[in-house]
Amino acid sequence: MNFPEELKYTKDHEWVKIDGDIATIGITEFAQGELGDIVYVDIPTEGEEVEAGEVFGSVEAVKTVSDLFMPITGEVIEINEALEGEPELVNSDPYEAGWMIKIKISDPSSISDLLSSEAYAELVG
Amino acid sequence: MELKEIALNDVHEELGAKMVGFAGYNMPVRYSSDIEEHKVVRDNVGVFDVSHMGEFILKGPKALDLIQKICSNDASKLFVGKAQYSCFPNHEGGIVDDLLVYKLAEEEYLLVVNASNIQKDWEWIKQHNSENVEMIDVSDETSLFAVQGPNATKVLQKLTDEKLDEMGYYTFTKGKFATYDDIIISATGYTGAGGFELYVPNPVAKEIWNKIFEAGKEFDIKPIGLGARDTLRLEMGFCLYGNDITDTTSPLEAGLGWITKFTKNFINSENLQKQKEEGITRKLVGFKMVDKGIPRAHYPILNAEGEQIGEVTSGTMSPMLGIGIGMGYVQKDYSKNDTEILIGVRNRQLKAVVSKPPFIGK
Repeated sequence: MNFPEELKYTKDHEWVKIDGDIATIGITEFAQGELGDIVYVDIPTEGEEVEAGEVFGSVEAVKTVSDLFMPITGEVIEINEALEGEPELVNSDPYEAGWMIKIKISDPSSISDLLSSEAYAELVG
Repeated sequence: MELKEIALNDVHEELGAKMVGFAGYNMPVRYSSDIEEHKVVRDNVGVFDVSHMGEFILKGPKALDLIQKICSNDASKLFVGKAQYSCFPNHEGGIVDDLLVYKLAEEEYLLVVNASNIQKDWEWIKQHNSENVEMIDVSDETSLFAVQGPNATKVLQKLTDEKLDEMGYYTFTKGKFATYDDIIISATGYTGAGGFELYVPNPVAKEIWNKIFEAGKEFDIKPIGLGARDTLRLEMGFCLYGNDITDTTSPLEAGLGWITKFTKNFINSENLQKQKEEGITRKLVGFKMVDKGIPRAHYPILNAEGEQIGEVTSGTMSPMLGIGIGMGYVQKDYSKNDTEILIGVRNRQLKAVVSKPPFIGK
């Protein structure tokens, strides 16, 4: 399974790409595989500040629904509008076209809690 | 708890299935994608391995009496080669399990029960078997393949001389299939897509599975997981035990009046008859989402004023309709078609409308 080295990960199966004070967030290849066909990505928190560990939205697969947890405290500044019409991008391209939100990081201290690619791969082993 | 393995466990793993624990068995939930597999069954033909299901044989001169006592449907209407849907009512107004009853021969019946209830059902039947009817549990020796979809008949006809296209819904035949004798070929299923279910002895299960796939190659037949089985049955509004019917839901509330026959006495028939006469207060309904969102079991159902009037028992996104569909119990006043209701999806209330299943093909 592919867990790109340049990304950071959470135990809740999100990936984080940090670019200055902006972070892009999605779910991992492992997570999309466990969920199965994703049919709806629901993110009602655009424009809101969400604390690390809190729910910023949910992802609906055919069989199940799963909460999305904020990896780092920050303000949700953009959501991936392409997922509105093509939620299956999360399955087919979880790290690129299937990204979910961009945030403005307000508390960089929580970045150090994120997992490396290697540590995440070990977690989902 | 250690999961039980079905006979073709290795076959499914080789096919790349995602295996999950279901009702105590390690079962294929999907091979590729729930939606793709769902559409294969609706449009073409697919094969489910549902060997986790339980099979009991009851035989002897008193077998029918026992079945009549424990089942809500009237098994005296069965003839050899005919099956019926039925349920075991409990003494408290609920349902022990739902099942199929096959009349295999005069004085010999096959009962097909849910995997999660095999032990419970066996004990229940035994407890009511006052006339010492012979009971045989063949669950661990029997595989069950559901070959479903509009091309199922064409595929299976290549493997048998039984005239499949002449078989009515809920009839079966015990005959030669793919060189093996005494295979039960049953015109039943849980998908609404048409097709057959095959009861196969475990020692020949792999050969029969392979022959079905060889015969189906020209149709691009595919293995289908339990994920698609659930969305297919939900599009038809078929009940799932443990979700839509339980030990606290009455068959009348569940819309199973058509298999609750007061032509004979059965466990709790007096109280159910009384409930029928007095009228039920809640009813299992189907509903479609109007707002975007997907209903899930245990979400609250609310009226337009936001008061809770019931609870969702099953829900999914319909792969054919592309919208959320579900079933749930509501107070009877809200059970009419086209009644506007709200579904509590986490912290929001989403619009939905009561809609009598099936949700597709209307």
